[in-house]
Amino acid sequence: MKFGVIVFPGSNCDHDALYAVSANLGQPAEFIWHDSPTLGPVDAVILPGGFAYGDYLRCGAIAKFSPVMRAVRQFAAGGGLVLGVCNGFQILVEAGLLPGALIRNRGLKFICREVRVTVETTNSPFTCAARKGQVLRMPIAHGEGCYFADERILDELEAEDRIAFRYDGNPNGSLHDIAGILSRERNVMGMMPHPERATEPLMGSSDGLTVFQSMLGAAVRA
Amino acid sequence: MSAAITPELVAQHQLSPDEYRKIVHILGREPSYTELGIFSVMWSEHCSYKSSRLHLKKLPTRGKLVVQGPGENAGIVDIGGGYVIAFKIESHNHPSFIEPFQGAATGVGGILRDIFTMGARPIAVLDSLRFGRLDDPETGPRNRRILGGVVAGIAHYGNCFGVPTVGGECIFEPCYDGNPLVNVFALGVCRKEDVFYARAAGAGNPVIYVGARTGRDGIHGASMASAEFTEESKQKRPNVQVGDPFMEKLLLEACLEAMQTGAIVGIQDMGAAGLTCSTCEMGSRGGVGIEIELDRVPQRETGMTPYEIMLSESQERMLLVAEKGREDEVFRVFRKWGLEAVEIGAVTGYGKLRVKQHGTTVAEIPNRELADEAPLYDRPHTEPLRRAPMFVWRVTDLPGSVQDALPALLASLDICSKRWIWEQYDYQVRTNTIAGPERTDAAIVRIKETGASVAMSLDGNGRYCYLSPREGARLAVAECCRNLSTVGAEPVAATNCLNFGNPERPEIMAQLVEAIEGMAEACRFFDTPITGGNVSLYNETLGEGVYPTPVLGIIGLLKTAGPLTIPFQNPGRAVVLLGGIGQCDETRFGGTVYAKEILKQLWGLPPALDLDREKRVQCAIREIVAAGLAESAHDLSDGGLAVALAECSFGLAGIGAAIDLDSDLRPEVLAFHEAPSRILISTAHPRKVAAIAEKHGIAAPVVGVTIEKGIEIRQRAMTLGSWEIATLKAAYDGALESYVR
Repeated sequence: MKFGVIVFPGSNCDHDALYAVSANLGQPAEFIWHDSPTLGPVDAVILPGGFAYGDYLRCGAIAKFSPVMRAVRQFAAGGGLVLGVCNGFQILVEAGLLPGALIRNRGLKFICREVRVTVETTNSPFTCAARKGQVLRMPIAHGEGCYFADERILDELEAEDRIAFRYDGNPNGSLHDIAGILSRERNVMGMMPHPERATEPLMGSSDGLTVFQSMLGAAVRA
Repeated sequence: MSAAITPELVAQHQLSPDEYRKIVHILGREPSYTELGIFSVMWSEHCSYKSSRLHLKKLPTRGKLVVQGPGENAGIVDIGGGYVIAFKIESHNHPSFIEPFQGAATGVGGILRDIFTMGARPIAVLDSLRFGRLDDPETGPRNRRILGGVVAGIAHYGNCFGVPTVGGECIFEPCYDGNPLVNVFALGVCRKEDVFYARAAGAGNPVIYVGARTGRDGIHGASMASAEFTEESKQKRPNVQVGDPFMEKLLLEACLEAMQTGAIVGIQDMGAAGLTCSTCEMGSRGGVGIEIELDRVPQRETGMTPYEIMLSESQERMLLVAEKGREDEVFRVFRKWGLEAVEIGAVTGYGKLRVKQHGTTVAEIPNRELADEAPLYDRPHTEPLRRAPMFVWRVTDLPGSVQDALPALLASLDICSKRWIWEQYDYQVRTNTIAGPERTDAAIVRIKETGASVAMSLDGNGRYCYLSPREGARLAVAECCRNLSTVGAEPVAATNCLNFGNPERPEIMAQLVEAIEGMAEACRFFDTPITGGNVSLYNETLGEGVYPTPVLGIIGLLKTAGPLTIPFQNPGRAVVLLGGIGQCDETRFGGTVYAKEILKQLWGLPPALDLDREKRVQCAIREIVAAGLAESAHDLSDGGLAVALAECSFGLAGIGAAIDLDSDLRPEVLAFHEAPSRILISTAHPRKVAAIAEKHGIAAPVVGVTIEKGIEIRQRAMTLGSWEIATLKAAYDGALESYVR
């Protein structure tokens, strides 16, 4: 399974995502520059963390206009797997591939710490290797990770089983303790915690590998 | 602007009449206004080290692993496997007082550029911070604002740039009320053959400007950093630059990529003294001249004078020399990253810096004289300033029990958890962080490419140095090396940041001289040469100086593996005090945190350091760690044995310890003395540990045992104190936040 990691100007977890899927998952992976009009021959796309375009406007608000995002939309529309982590989640939300918004943390400060998230559904290509209710340890590192949406969207997410992860001890004020959500077709996921930072014992946790193993398993079955 | 050069104008530029005469002599004529400005920044204390250079020569700078010592943008050390690391520490004290957020942010930006200018990708940042008291009714609110701004500024820049801030230290003293210290250490890695130097070469080669445009910000920043603060200092806010970490991130990626083309000859960032410093230093190092045309310099504002363009300290700019004919390869890379890159001049065969505007020469100065012939002062120095008595503590002064003092110390600002600070930093990005903040005595990042890891420690103790600059500096070196050894790393090289007051005062100059000499002695002893650093003088506000605060940053090497952390892991393990109780002299108790927080006094001398014994303790712990004999390890420092014991009990497992000490010392001295050369470990193999200790000729008494819950300290079976871990941990964890909330 080949992963493509999108590099926006200001992405800074791009190397980490590439390392996680290549060194720790053992799959081929390559960078895709943001002004590339196509994705090339990849089976899954990761939008990594960072500060695309400095995030001086709203997080992800400029990145959604990058040429590569048109290709990402097409890829997603065709059922391709798209994972957005942290800034990548913010970009997917800005691009309209996922609903809701990510706003300043409740405490108004950047927070870097390990959190525990509960797997809320295994009915997705990003969580199918996990057990429902399984608790995963992985870090968060963000200033604007408070998930926000109106009641209608929240009800819809709940009703359609599209909440992938919930925080165990909400660090940022996210509504419904949401840490990660799925698109309606379940092939696009955004999450604020960093699974790529928890893919080997030296990182302090290997729990994040579950996300990538799920993607791998889903691709094999497909 | 062609103002007449009057004595007043010379004085305004902080140049002495003698220095002005030297300028006239070098030029063989009166300088123009622009030239005067250029000389004034290059010959400022900040750029020229004119007060400290003579003494800095006493520091050891060579070692078997040192590839590049002082004189470049950063020191370089060989870590094996074909890789090197570049590292340095730098201060941004003055700007951080005037504008905390941007001052600290640009401090991070400046040191990061120093690292990637050498061709190395930054992989770790640590910071050493000093602030005034947070609880002072008068200055507290301002100090809290400065703390909040500095931390947010460091977070803003480092997090966005994508470098992990993995550790550091933070101390609070009244002397930093009007003069906080913000010292930032950065470390990067690259292949040995990819190191770049800030040298121009090859007459006719193009000089290329890349990065942000030049504005009027930061003019005379270097000179501001070379003067004391007065009431008017707040008006210097326009002298503080504004940082753009996103631009810096692009600059990093573009520079590293451009370096790979092989078309770049030399490169230097524009930091202090901006375009002036980068042009004349690159020319001087390469023994060539540089000619630039200011009309080609990308400018943010219109109507800028040559003086303003040359002295601007706008951030995120680089100057590079490319091979003639291969400019396009360089331009292509910068275009890809959306950055401006403009040829602004060329290298010349004659050793002059020639600056033109609209085709007319506005400055022409011999490079070498400007960059390297700055005035050198052997400033008079007498006895170091100290107003503390040698002895005040009497037996009748017993202030309270060990039982009450431990929670109070754990909740004191110098000792308490700094989680509120470091959680605002991304300490994990790049997934190399093996040990981040407060997990181990030294931060550790791995080098993915080689299977080796680098441990880093910053230390400096202003109170100790105030009592004795020489001993305090030696202690800082020893403590850094001990921190590294405690995680199993072999110390290999150092960088230093010397924060002092006004060197024109003989008693301050004496502090500087003695601290440098003490540092030199210890660095030589531990074989940790100084490969670079920074001197920050004039840290005074309204005539009140800071404590002499030399900060050491020392790096060590170890194999990549899971780290040996501070907390006890299992109950029923032997607790060993490696190094023994040591020399806990009461005359050397007055600089401790106990004396500061409980007795509210400062007296005597810092704890005694026996270098030879220290080295043997460090050899022993490294051997113990390498043999996998320790389950936890933590060196004794601020707050002494009792505080170290508590910190070892704050792990997730909640394991505590019961210890019983065989000693005649007074209980407070026994519990809280900060005598060096001591490490607390827990082990399942006390006999093997004892054998290693004996081999190195050091004491290693088993002082107690780890237990399921609680902490208990006894002295010859008499209980000095017993505590619930949760109570102590709550005091330790909550203290800082209670002040800043």
